[in-house]
Amino acid sequence: MVGQLLLRGMIAGVVAGLLTFCFARIAGEPQVDQAIAFEESNAHAHHHHDGEADEPEQVSRQTQAGVGLLTGVVTYGAAFGGLFALTFALIYGRSSKLPARPLAAWMALAGFVALTIVPNLKYPANPPAVGDPDTIGLRTALFFGMIAISLVAMLVSLRARKAMAQTLGLWNASIAAGVLFIALIAIAQALLPDINEVPAAFPAVLLWKFRVAALGMQAIMWTTLGLLFGLMADHKMRELRAPALAH
Amino acid sequence: MSEAVLNPAVVEPTPIPLGEWLPWAVFGGLLALIALYFVGSEQGATALFQGTYIHEFVHDGRHLLGFPCH
Repeated sequence: MVGQLLLRGMIAGVVAGLLTFCFARIAGEPQVDQAIAFEESNAHAHHHHDGEADEPEQVSRQTQAGVGLLTGVVTYGAAFGGLFALTFALIYGRSSKLPARPLAAWMALAGFVALTIVPNLKYPANPPAVGDPDTIGLRTALFFGMIAISLVAMLVSLRARKAMAQTLGLWNASIAAGVLFIALIAIAQALLPDINEVPAAFPAVLLWKFRVAALGMQAIMWTTLGLLFGLMADHKMRELRAPALAH
Repeated sequence: MSEAVLNPAVVEPTPIPLGEWLPWAVFGGLLALIALYFVGSEQGATALFQGTYIHEFVHDGRHLLGFPCH
């Protein structure tokens, strides 16, 4: 049962990854190319010889933007699809009494907010040429730390919503839980250090377009995952129930 | 409620027993984390394999998926 849901989640994730790849090719790759062009012209202008710019390419740009991008995005989709299905299998009928499709849709929305929107407000996606290689360790730790905080804040808020629902009613409890989530995130983001390693001459429009494309990819990923997995899980749950009803 | 009356196939969702869930969660969770590690961080902040091939291969995806790349 759980295994079959896991498989369905991974399949939904692969499909989500393929759609995301198509979008990334169209909306993301032009920005990556332009950022690399900026990086190279910058490196040449400053006569850097210690950087990567003058080294022979180990992987061609064509491969990076093609098979490489496809592999990365589809693997990411399959991994999140698997985690999504496992989370679904845990909360279906337990912490939520929602049927499969609406549960998956709400989960996808919660995941998009907690794992994409919130971490991206503090530590947004960066194109090539942005970022100091010396701080990669710190930036990686802060990035994953922010995701963990956001996830915990989401779980705490959902718990609080359930607890408050008995006294405040579901509508008001939901609003209060939303306020609590925003407050927790605001405190965390105010305390965590800022990272700003965008070169002064880096085009603002290019940075904006890159980040919007990165956000769009996540929107497509989560929407597809939620709706497609919901459909597949719904079929599975009905199949399971059908023989029981025959008795 | 009315849907349940009209359609007897609609019943309250029953939870999957935790004992059945746990082994799959460990297996699937590990698999997913390893996959995400190679897409997002290998040969970036840390490295299990020498060189930069994995980093360069998934380079564009890493940037566009929002991971700190280099």
